Amino acid sequence: MPRAGLFTPDHEELRGYVRQFVERALAPNAQEWERAGDFPVREVFAQAGQVGLFGAKYEPEYGGTGPDLVADAVITEELVRCGSGGVAAALGAHKDLGSYYLYRFGTEEQRRRWLAPAVEGRLITALAVTEPGAGSDVGAIRTTATPAGDGWRLSGSKTFITNGPVADVVVVAAKTAPEAGHRGISLFVVEAGSPGFSARRVGTVGWRTSHTGELAFEDCPLPADALLGRMNEGFYQIMRNFQWERCVMALAAVAAAERTLELAMGYARERKAFGRPVGRFQVWRHRFADMATEIAAARSLTYHALRKIVAGEDADREVSMAKWYATELDWRVADEALQVHGGYGYMMEYPVQRAWRDSRLGPIGGGTTEVMKEIIGRSLGL
Amino acid sequence: MLHPLFTEEHEAFRASARRFVESELAPHAVEWEGEGHFPDWVFKRMGDLGLLGLRFPPEYGGQGGDWGHAIALAEEMGRCGSAGVAMAVAVQSEMATPPILKFGTEEQKHRYLVPAIRGERIVCLGISEPNAGSDVASIETTARPDGDGDGHGYLINGRKTFITNGVRADFCLLVTRTDRGAGHEGFSLFLVDTDLPGFAVSRELDKLGMRSSDTAELVLDDVRVPASARLGDEGRGFVEIMWELQGERLVGAAGSVAGARLVWERTLEYAKERQAFGRAIGSFQVNRHKFATMATELEAARQLVYDAALAWERGEYPVKEISMVKLYSGLVVNRVMNECLQIFGGYGFATETGVERAWRDARLLRIGGGTDEIMREVISRTMGF
Repeated sequence: MPRAGLFTPDHEELRGYVRQFVERALAPNAQEWERAGDFPVREVFAQAGQVGLFGAKYEPEYGGTGPDLVADAVITEELVRCGSGGVAAALGAHKDLGSYYLYRFGTEEQRRRWLAPAVEGRLITALAVTEPGAGSDVGAIRTTATPAGDGWRLSGSKTFITNGPVADVVVVAAKTAPEAGHRGISLFVVEAGSPGFSARRVGTVGWRTSHTGELAFEDCPLPADALLGRMNEGFYQIMRNFQWERCVMALAAVAAAERTLELAMGYARERKAFGRPVGRFQVWRHRFADMATEIAAARSLTYHALRKIVAGEDADREVSMAKWYATELDWRVADEALQVHGGYGYMMEYPVQRAWRDSRLGPIGGGTTEVMKEIIGRSLGL
Repeated sequence: MLHPLFTEEHEAFRASARRFVESELAPHAVEWEGEGHFPDWVFKRMGDLGLLGLRFPPEYGGQGGDWGHAIALAEEMGRCGSAGVAMAVAVQSEMATPPILKFGTEEQKHRYLVPAIRGERIVCLGISEPNAGSDVASIETTARPDGDGDGHGYLINGRKTFITNGVRADFCLLVTRTDRGAGHEGFSLFLVDTDLPGFAVSRELDKLGMRSSDTAELVLDDVRVPASARLGDEGRGFVEIMWELQGERLVGAAGSVAGARLVWERTLEYAKERQAFGRAIGSFQVNRHKFATMATELEAARQLVYDAALAWERGEYPVKEISMVKLYSGLVVNRVMNECLQIFGGYGFATETGVERAWRDARLLRIGGGTDEIMREVISRTMGF
């Protein structure tokens, strides 16, 4: 039986392969990229595409190695170990949002045109749903696509869009029947360079290497084949992909928390105070034990959700549980890790501050903790 | 989608266990809690149904099952409404008896294991002492050589306390010190009949929760046992009892999480019905989020239990994982029971709803079988501290 009912020896082999790539090509540069607030986007995407990090969910005809969701989960877990939340987020947003939307909802022609190069890492994607006035409340978006000729004109603005300023194509949610509320949303593929489309990078407290941006659409003309999926079903498409997005966020948070704990324990073994390593003090030993325990619980919970998704079952409640629990935990672990580092934890030259800043997005992005609890509560009939 | 620990066959077994628990145990929960005792027929009946030997081989009357069966039964027993009953039965089926199968001689298995699996002889586990709880290595009960030569017997002296089933047990799996100078190497296990001269129940202890189970303080005053009473090798008792504790912690956690889930389900129903300020209290956002938090932690605890059991089933000896299971489930169950009591308000504080009982019962989970603090010590040691 595969480990945890999920991971076969092939998956473990893949894990080693991805880890090697991450340790060789990404991790050694993390500190420098973070300091610069940027990373060689095109180069890294191309490398990641070349080693196959973007294709696990797709059939070979699109350049993929799957479809294998468990393999994709392994890639997510390992990417986190690059040490830069921003790089992992940029690659993840492409892998699990932009390109996954193209696969899930695209026509054969759309898949061949955009997905295949996205899998190769030659074409960078982003997903744009959130707006200045609408985050978790997707039904409240105000960007509109109005019929014009064979196609549409897109007007509105989006914000907090990972990869937005560097993407070649952006999947944009817009109202096509504004009077119909969430039943009037459709998805469109917008190519960079389209007239009226502009993007601006915004500063972020964490994920500092990733290009997170505000997008503006001013009467941006869209051709007929820009529609992704069915008219007015965008809301449901977004909700459908949320299960995977949130599962991936939980997987990443568990892996990140584990890495941060390793960082904290490594430091606590070396650093001496009052004549002994800090980690030898009982209070710290017990705090490490608590953290390791909660990480194990978060992992069990997340794998439970993943198993359900892989089996094709509805996992709305389970991913919501895993997402809020794992991301909140990652943040708490990072705060403890910063504490054990003492003054060094506050210094930019130590990586723990980055774990602290990067982990803070977890309980916000992809649906806040509060929204997750609303979903769970409603699923219980409350 | 079932957890990989379980198959459809386990689920069928679970359903029959649930029917038994709901029809034969749960209706008596209030009565037994009030009396501070449950009748011996529970052991016999469960023995007849094959529920006391799930993981034991058929040659000793067992069912030849696996951890999936044991966890399923523990979870269903957790729903009997009286955690004391579930605990006492688990001592019989999953705590005091597995060491007999693993370390015992053929004669010991026939004399003790077989009747225990049938529910005909009740067993208790004698580890804790007035001055030695989690710190097992400071046990002072001694077993000294009695007589000469290789076949010598032992003379046992000491006191044991907090012994579940101790008041009515027919025999006791006893942890003793056989060599005072040998540290962890100085302990040995014995199977001691409780009707031997010198073996006495000095007190039956009254306690905060788990009230339906009997808890004894035992005195052993020059109890003579033959060499054949020793279970396992002399000097190996510490390692052997540490092995026993892993199964105990896993089964205890599985049952307590399932028991907490049942109370949580009832609390959820209550919150949907109970009106305050013109609406069901469960519809207040704060309560909705409380239920979401509890549901999440209960699910995490359950999955953690299953993953550890699966690791054991696959041949690992997952001490770190089981310690985590024990620590996490104890904390979660206590938090959840406290929150459920809060949501029930005054009715939670009143004895009639049974929530206060679950709340009291839960408190033992963070103490018995190794305290939270001991679990953290074990876990941190496995991580190199």
